[in-house]
Amino acid sequence: MTIRIAVLFVVFMMAALSSFHYLGLLSPNVFSGASMSLVFSYIAGFFPMDASASHLHKVWQGSFETLAMSVLGTLLAGGIGLLLALLQYSVSGNTLARHVVRLMSNVLRAVPELVWAALMVLLVGLGPFSGTLAIAIHTAGVLARLFSETLDNISPRYADSLLHLGAGRITAFFYGGLSIAAPQLMSYLLYRWENNIRIAAVLGFVGAGGLGQMLYLHLSLFQNRQAATVILAILLLVLLVDVCSLALRRLLVRNVA
Amino acid sequence: MSTSQPLLTSSRDFDPALLPRLLLSVLALLLLWPAIQLSEFNPAAIFSGESLEVAGHFLAGFWPLRLDREFLTLVLRATLETLALATAGIALALVVAIPLSLIVTQSLSRGALGLSKNAYLGLLLRFPCRLLLIVLRSIPDLVWALLFVRLFGLGPAAGVLAIAIHYSGMLGKVFFETYESCDPAPQQSILAAGGSRMNAFLYGVLPQCSLELLSYSVYRWECAIRASVVMGFVGAGGLGQQMELSLKMLAGNEVATMLLVFIVLVVIADGLSALVRRLLV
Repeated sequence: MTIRIAVLFVVFMMAALSSFHYLGLLSPNVFSGASMSLVFSYIAGFFPMDASASHLHKVWQGSFETLAMSVLGTLLAGGIGLLLALLQYSVSGNTLARHVVRLMSNVLRAVPELVWAALMVLLVGLGPFSGTLAIAIHTAGVLARLFSETLDNISPRYADSLLHLGAGRITAFFYGGLSIAAPQLMSYLLYRWENNIRIAAVLGFVGAGGLGQMLYLHLSLFQNRQAATVILAILLLVLLVDVCSLALRRLLVRNVA
Repeated sequence: MSTSQPLLTSSRDFDPALLPRLLLSVLALLLLWPAIQLSEFNPAAIFSGESLEVAGHFLAGFWPLRLDREFLTLVLRATLETLALATAGIALALVVAIPLSLIVTQSLSRGALGLSKNAYLGLLLRFPCRLLLIVLRSIPDLVWALLFVRLFGLGPAAGVLAIAIHYSGMLGKVFFETYESCDPAPQQSILAAGGSRMNAFLYGVLPQCSLELLSYSVYRWECAIRASVVMGFVGAGGLGQQMELSLKMLAGNEVATMLLVFIVLVVIADGLSALVRRLLV
């Protein structure tokens, strides 16, 4: 095992060095364009951040828009992901059908949210709706995979005992399968929500609404002091969602235990 | 009650949790209503004639894929740049994350063990470092990239720095949580016997969790590849830059080729990371 780790380490070091070389980052004059004084004046340009009432009001609205995008996108993704997972579960006897469904969720998952957002902006126009759709599509692929793994791992004994007691197959699945898996599914959903608030904050770079759009606009106009407020708002929003998600997951675990 | 009779057929045996569940669902919908308004949720927009026409036209351009030599060379170079960006970014992130994670680890603190007279010094150092880790990882990588592009100009340097900064926060947090979840007895006895913090880490902590740390780093490398694919959208190098150009020109055949490359790249990274992790376990 030590040898394996050592080999891995050497391979990684070589890969890292060749990466730096390939990107031309090893030559001493890469950052010569940005001398220390330039870096400091760039950073100083962000302070003091704009805390005027009118700007704060806009940032407040942008924050709610971003939050709404992440919540709605994640919930939609949960619905679509569950449908895909159930589809995969119900055709589990048929290898071909199973692979087709899995391929579908893999394609959704492989294309990044930002690319989906750029495509959705073409489809439904600028604004938060395209961002919501982009989040929903990508996350649906991710959740479909996680959900179907969870469903495959439920022990059949609960459903079996319900079937023995005379319950129908659908009832047995809902009360003996899905309800057993529910805490795990919810926990995945919350975990993706934490991820998606970060995504929702940047989808605006391609015109999909929220705080990202404001940030992009202000930075393009060299209004760095306004941009600083938006960055702080993103930071606080991400922290808020992290705390909420953690609290909800704790609640979930306690209810199960 | 006779045992042969089914127990669950009577309509009286309704789900006792039905009412609370229904009420919770209604409450959730009420809370969601403002979100639906704010996100300008309007499924009809997808199916409006105009947007369907634009999308149809764009999608029709997907086939045939653009596969001429000139374009493929361009895409190959961008793909290599994406891979290099992710690898260089993660390497830098490790350089920052490992020292930071060591600083903030409570279980390696001599002060917390009562071995040091000026314990408050350790606290004074740990607190700002923890704060730093939170800030580094909570600001999305693309925001960092956008900020660095303004400073260092277009190109992969901004992307590498963005990945390095964001992922050093992520790796640092998970690293120190892993150290702290280890059995504290070995490192505490090393510290109590007069060993240095580095000794306690190398001989007390690392043997317990090196595989976990490696496997997590590899997983994060995989994530960094996904992230560097889109760095180009803000001008920070890699495949995304070409993707954005093609999207702006509505060149469907180029977009389709690159989407395929995206998918292949992500699948390869997925497989490679799974392989390395299997080798380790």
